[in-house]
Amino acid sequence: MSAAIAPALPAETRAMPRLGTVLETAAAWLLGLVWVAPLLYAVWAAFHPTGYATRFDLTAPLTLANFVAAWNAAPFAQYFLNTVLLVSFVLAGQFVLCTLAAFVFARSASRLMGLLFALVLVQLMIMPDMLIVENYRTMRALGLVDSILGIGLPYVASGFGIFLLRQAFRQVPRELEEAARVEGCGTLAILLRVYVPLARPTYLAYGLTSVSYHWNNFLWPLVITNTVEVRPVTVGLAVFASTDQGIDWAIISAATLLSAAPLLLAFLLFQRQFVQSFMRAGIR
Amino acid sequence: MQGRARLHAWLMLAPAMLLLVAFTHYPAVATLWHSFFSTPRGARPSRFVGAANYAALAEDPVFWQAMWNNLIYALGTVPLSVGLALAMALWVNGKLRGRAALRMAYFTPTVLPMIAVANLWLFFYTPDYGLLDRITGALLGWGPTNWIGSRETALGAMMAIAVWKEAGFFMIFYLAALQAIPPVLHEAAAVEGASRARVFWRVTLPLLGPTTLFIVVNAVINSFRLVDHIIVMTHGGPDNATALLLTYIYDAGFRFWDTALASAATVVLLLLLGLLAAVQFLLLGRRTHYR
Repeated sequence: MSAAIAPALPAETRAMPRLGTVLETAAAWLLGLVWVAPLLYAVWAAFHPTGYATRFDLTAPLTLANFVAAWNAAPFAQYFLNTVLLVSFVLAGQFVLCTLAAFVFARSASRLMGLLFALVLVQLMIMPDMLIVENYRTMRALGLVDSILGIGLPYVASGFGIFLLRQAFRQVPRELEEAARVEGCGTLAILLRVYVPLARPTYLAYGLTSVSYHWNNFLWPLVITNTVEVRPVTVGLAVFASTDQGIDWAIISAATLLSAAPLLLAFLLFQRQFVQSFMRAGIR
Repeated sequence: MQGRARLHAWLMLAPAMLLLVAFTHYPAVATLWHSFFSTPRGARPSRFVGAANYAALAEDPVFWQAMWNNLIYALGTVPLSVGLALAMALWVNGKLRGRAALRMAYFTPTVLPMIAVANLWLFFYTPDYGLLDRITGALLGWGPTNWIGSRETALGAMMAIAVWKEAGFFMIFYLAALQAIPPVLHEAAAVEGASRARVFWRVTLPLLGPTTLFIVVNAVINSFRLVDHIIVMTHGGPDNATALLLTYIYDAGFRFWDTALASAATVVLLLLLGLLAAVQFLLLGRRTHYR
């Protein structure tokens, strides 16, 4: 309440800021500056000709040539397509499978279900990221090495997703379900018409965290892919930056920004939703 | 009717459970199994070797170096990223000028891919030309330093990146917890005439306890998991100075193709995580008892 009123007061009536507050503000801003510095540095390098990458000069000419050069130097269009396919496949799979499983867990209180749910929670600790050796063996046996399906499949049944959606479904009042049943809805219709719409904020929260996780994921895709046709952007960028050891910083910066741009732009545009979604996903 | 509902429940559960078992539980168990067999090479098939892989691990100085590095990595990144996250959350939640912009600045590293982050920081750390050397040169008069190329500084440089990447993410959890604290508590403390520091230590921090435990557990998991930047920036070098447990597993499994050794190392990693889960369970149990 008081925070909402304070700005309405005329400046003169506000107390002089204390020294401690000033120091704290300065520290907070200094930290903020340190936090954006690497990104700003890359933006500087990417938008100026190569010679200015290590020379700060406010009169330096702006250019998009580095982005063009980076785009032409590696098959980024293919990489982006692969990442988009991967992220869509994982997200769609997660929504369907986690919704179904969470629905069962939310409505059942039996001992067996409790045990199964504990097994689901194991994945919060032991993630597929750490089981790369064994999962690679499995993928080879299934013939899924070097395929989008192979990258995404270990993540589709997400323990975190089942957990989040179960929490959301448990908030749904039983009366709503009974009313729907009286109207003649079957189990699946109840799930789709009652539970899913009421859990919409949780879907948004989980969707955003999942998309940013899989857009950025690196180690497993690195292990399981070997060709341009399958590699996601992260692996493509790593290959690009390591093979081009001539180190043209301007072009590497441009490629780096390109690969991060879609998520970064989405974040800058929908900042509030992002932060609130991550917050919602974090409350357990 | 009852039977049909049960059948439906199992049908709805089956796809998720099947994939979960196939890619989390089965590999965890299979890793243990395979860690007792040799790596098949050419014409020689895999055979039972007992604890030989573990003996090989124990004799490998690089493995011990990786374990030691991982310990330092965890002890350095966990307290630092959690402490910074708390400071950030308090600042952003307070009445600071420009807190919306600050929140964005702190959170931005979270949405960047670790690989992009690695490239940004590679530039940052470049000897002589990099921003870091320019700052230390201008302020402290230091000469050029090969931050990621020398044994003394490489691990620290990797830890700084991890802290930078994680702190803003953990801030969000603290922010959510801070906003859930009823304002009445702070008002009551203010009426009692408690100082800001006292309110923080006696009211705010205890209420953030469960959040802190959650964040610390996640930070510890991340200290084993977040190795993308190390793999592209240093490959565990120089001279294994930045090798961690997961980079060791990656090297053993996918660069030297010694899957048996990699399986044994994975079992060590899983045991450490199991230990972490046990500690978390005990702490949580005591806390609820305390309440």
